[in-house]
Order: sequence, then C-alpha cells, then structure tokens
Amino acid sequence: MFINFFFNLKSRGVPVSLHEWITLHHALTMNLNDSSLTAFYNIARSILVKNEIFFDRYDLAFLDTFGGIETTDELLEEILAGLKKVKELHLTEEEKRQIEELNLDEVLRNFEEQLKQGHYKEHVGGNKAIGTGGRSTQGAWGYNPAGIRIGQGESRHKRAIQVAEKRTFRNYSSDITLDTRQMRVALSHLRSLLPIGSGEKLDLKKTIDETCRNAGEIELIWQTKEKKSSKVMLLMDVGGSMTPFAELVERLFSAAAGQISKFKHYYFHNCFYQDLWTDMERNQSIATMEMLKSEDSDYKVIIVGDAEMAPSELTWVNGAIDYWYHNDTPGVVWMQRIKDKFKDVIWVNPLPKRSWEYVHSIRMIRDIFPMFELTLDGLDEGVKYLMTGKCEIYGR
Amino acid sequence: MDYFKGTEEYVLSKELRDNVNVSIALQRPLIVKGEPGTGKTLLAHSIAKGLGKKLIIWNIKSTTKAQEGLYLYDTVQRLNDSRFGDNDISDIKQYIKLGKLGEAFAAEDQLVLLIDEIDKADIEFPNDLLNEIDEMSFYIPETKETIKAKNRPIVIITSNSEKELPDPFLRRCIFHYIEFPEQELMEEIVNVHFPKIEKKLLREALKKFYWIREFDMLRKKPSTSELIDWLQALIIGGIDARDVEKEIPFLGTLLKKKEDVDIVEKSGKTHYAYNTSMRTRDVY
Repeated sequence: MFINFFFNLKSRGVPVSLHEWITLHHALTMNLNDSSLTAFYNIARSILVKNEIFFDRYDLAFLDTFGGIETTDELLEEILAGLKKVKELHLTEEEKRQIEELNLDEVLRNFEEQLKQGHYKEHVGGNKAIGTGGRSTQGAWGYNPAGIRIGQGESRHKRAIQVAEKRTFRNYSSDITLDTRQMRVALSHLRSLLPIGSGEKLDLKKTIDETCRNAGEIELIWQTKEKKSSKVMLLMDVGGSMTPFAELVERLFSAAAGQISKFKHYYFHNCFYQDLWTDMERNQSIATMEMLKSEDSDYKVIIVGDAEMAPSELTWVNGAIDYWYHNDTPGVVWMQRIKDKFKDVIWVNPLPKRSWEYVHSIRMIRDIFPMFELTLDGLDEGVKYLMTGKCEIYGR
Repeated sequence: MDYFKGTEEYVLSKELRDNVNVSIALQRPLIVKGEPGTGKTLLAHSIAKGLGKKLIIWNIKSTTKAQEGLYLYDTVQRLNDSRFGDNDISDIKQYIKLGKLGEAFAAEDQLVLLIDEIDKADIEFPNDLLNEIDEMSFYIPETKETIKAKNRPIVIITSNSEKELPDPFLRRCIFHYIEFPEQELMEEIVNVHFPKIEKKLLREALKKFYWIREFDMLRKKPSTSELIDWLQALIIGGIDARDVEKEIPFLGTLLKKKEDVDIVEKSGKTHYAYNTSMRTRDVY
C-alpha cells in the first residue's frame, strides 16, 4: 500500500524520482520519523518534493494514500501535553534503568487503559503510570530535561492528515497566484539561458608584447569580455477590457525591468496600428514603423493583452476602437509586420485558457502569435519558447 | 549522532528542526528556501552553535565558479617566483589554495558548511558540484592528490529562488521551505530579540504588521527582519501602544518602496479600513 503513495505523487505531476524514494526508505529504516505519521508527512515531503509549488499536490496525494489511517499521534500528544506541566524530571539511576526496560507498545497500551478508566488527569505529576509512560516516550527524545524544552512547538503539532487537509500551500501552486517575485523567477529564465561571456581572460599576445617591452619583467594583460544580456520588449494592452488586469500587468513590468538590462516597453489599446504609446495614459507616442526600423531584430518581444476585441478592429481599415483614430492599414497587418521583424514574439493573455476558444479575435491572433496564459506556468512555457523556439504546446 | 535542538537565539518550527536532523542523519545537504528575511542564513549559524561545530561560509556571487570552491592554482605567483627563485617552484603544492568546499573537506573535525544564495550563480553551477557533494571528495590533477572529507560536513544551502535549481542537484538534497511565521511563532521570535518588550505594544504592532502583509499588491512585503527593525524604532522612539493602534509610525522601516507606502496610506489609517488592494485570485 505504501508504493501507492509514490504512484499517487507521480500521477499528480509531482516530479519524484526513484533516487528520492529510496532515500526516503533510508530515512524510515533509521526511524527518523519516530514512528509518527505527522513526522512522516513532513520528512517525506522534504525528501520527495523540492519545490513549494508542488506542496499542494503533495497534500492531495498524501490525503489520497493515507486519508483513512488511524494514528497514535493524538495519544502521544496527550501524554506530552500532560508532561508539559512537569517542570523538571529528576530521575535516579534506578528509574532510568526501569525506563529503558519499558517498551513503547506496553506503555501505550497501559496509557490507553488508564485513559478508558478515567485515571488520566491533567496533572501528571501525581499519576505514576502515566508519568512513567510519559517519561519513556520522552526517552525517545532523550530524558535529560535540561537539554530539551519539553513540548516546545507541540501546541502547533497537528495530525498529518489535518495538516494535509488544510492545504495551506494552495497559493503556492503554480497555476493560481502570480506575485512579483514569482514572475521574476519566470522572467529570469530569459536572463539565465543566455550565454554570458566570462568576465576576464588573459590576453596572451599583449602579455608577451608587454613583457618583452619590460625586458622580461612579467606584465600580465587582462581583457574584459563584454557580457551579453537579453533584450526584451514588452507591448502591453491598456484600457478597456484590460483595466482589471492593469495592476497585474504592471507588476510584470516592474519585475521585468529589474531583470533585464535592455528593456523597452510600449502600450497599445486592443490592437496596435501605426502608433505605439510610450506612457500608460496614451499621451506620448512613437510611430510603429519607426520602431520597426530602428530596433534590432533580436529583441524578444512579449505582447500582453486579452486579445478580446471586435474582429473588425483587426481586419478593417479605420477599424480601430477609437473612432477618431484613422488607420490606413488593418491591425492584423501590423501584427504580421511585428512578427516578421522580430524572430521571437509571444502573446501573453491574462484570460484563462479555457475561454480562448470562444472569442473570435483570440483565435485570429493565435494564428499569428503563439499565445500563453499569464500564470507562472504559462510564463514559464512562453519564456522557454522565446529562448529555445520549442515548448510543449508550440514548436517551430 | 548529532541531534540539533535549536538554540536560545534562534526560534524554529518543529518541521524545520526535524528536517535539519534528517539531513544530518542521511548526510545530505539541506536546501532552505523561503521569503527574504525568514532567517535562512541564520539557521546555519544556529546549527553550528547548537552542535558546537565550526562554521564555514561560502557566499555565492553571480561570477562564482564551482572550481573556486574546491581549489585555486595560483599560477601567477608561481610564475613570479620562478624569476627570483624565492620559493621552490617544483613544489606545486604551495601554490594550491583550497576553496571553502575544499577547506570543509580537509578539516579534521566535522563542521557546518553554509553555501549561501546558491541561486545567484550561473545555472550550471550546482551541476558542476554534483559529484563533489555526492562523494565529498575531489581530485587535484596538479598535485595528483585527492581531497576526501574525513567527516562529511553538514551542508546547508540557501536559495532565494531567483533561478530554478537543476533537478539532478535537487534529487541529492533535502528540501525545506520556510513558511512565513504565524503570529504565535512570531511573538516567540520577537521575544528573543526584545525580551522586555511591552506586551500591549507587541500585540498592536503585530496586528498592524500582519495587516500590512495582507496587501496583495505590495512590491516587497515586510519580513521578519523589517519587523525587528520597526519594533526597535518603536521602542527607541518611545511610541505608546495606543499610537500604534491609531496610525503606523515609522512606516518607512517596514516598507522600502514608495509605491508600497502609497498603497498602505491610501487604504486608510485604521486597522479596520477596507483593504483596497486588488486580490489577484478573484480577478477572473
């Protein structure tokens, strides 16, 4: 029944390897979990799961496998809670020997019996059998009370199943929340995947020249290599249906700006035409054609927008949502131009993926640009696509 | 075997303590991840102190190479010496300088090795150390010598998750994610730093602190270290608990970005004010 846990984890997409599974068994043979399910929950997690975004799935798998299991954890807890009241335990050598002779099963059975008969009171000090029981369990932690704070943290000590049921790590799950920090992680792939030249290198030729000139006195000449870094351009939809996402996207911007040395950003509304705005309020603008001409084609372009608009905005001359704005060229042509100019372009959409099929304009834009969800997973995939041209959904 | 119980100055959760002991027992490195300011680095100091072992710290920078941790062969020094004949240049050994990892392996007694902020380095960095961490030994070709750990050091690795660590590396480690402490644990932590703090002040301050952390839109949420600074400021400033209730004095010590200060100030000054920050979860 235990191996089920392994397959349960696998089926939920937690990347567990056999290597780790065997490590866990090493830990169990050493009884590092003190025969407690709660400790097992924690130790197994630390060995099997290496990223907090999988903690939630781990919880689910744990519930699935161990959901119905009865444990002695509560019993132990009660003993410990009682023992908390005993300030210090002074044991004679005689008593210590007695404790060592006791076995835990017996003590637990004894304790259960006493509990049933109602002998167990809060004040353990006077209750002999449970007192020893407590001491013997405490023996597992070492019975020198001066060295251990009895019950430290025990009030927070919950049953494993309850802990798993609480699913505190739901928010760390990668398909839900996005905060600046997580986005930064996703975006940092942009930086980390680029080849970065080594900082300093010995310039052999110059060194020999200089050394000769110095009459044999060695003179070392170092050359510094320029570091390559990624160039990123963000085009962002503002206003209209994007208003609810404005804050979310702004976070993306602030995260990106700190990561990348060459970073450009422009704004548009719904679809871009001959002008791109340089501020969020759409007062300052530059000509799109100018931008296409002047920028290097090795920019990685990320377009953020919900891509939700009337199809006419994409296909018509003068189709722009702003009535007073005349565009001679339909939006879809501008999109194609951007795609032709830059090698790597992705579209990131804050709308959930399940809704994409229902919007006509999204389908049209997906024909031009590969589209990704604005979640940690989506960004990750998108960035992977930008860097390698490949990902699970799209391939070039 | 060594058993880590925590130290007076460092309050830690039971889970973390267990994981530290698992990592010691299994002789595997412990990777500690978590929000900034949750005491990742301090953990190693505490372990070293608690177990009475020496601590070696290897701070990782973006330019750090795996080789630096093992040893450095000072060729320039040797070249210089060759001209004046100061030292015996045929003895290469004197030009080999052990790095932090090498130092930890070569030590007589077991010690604690802290590899701080491993994610700062190049993505290949952890991969380059796989074998060395596994075997706890490495070979120096220049001197035909193998440095092997007599006692496997207790290795603590911290990461700020700036970069994902490679899977083969993670497989060999124990992982712990330090959650942000809940109010109860936080009170314990504060008590370690300020044993004489007024109960009422602490309660009000923590209430405010957790209220601020509720804001989803913050660029940088205040962490434990900021709370400690803030409490220090409150104590030195002689601020009364009632004043903390009414407003937030020295907000600048908690929030380091202007936008964050604006968000908190905008949403009103009382504890009961409506939290106007947008909750991303509810957007769709």
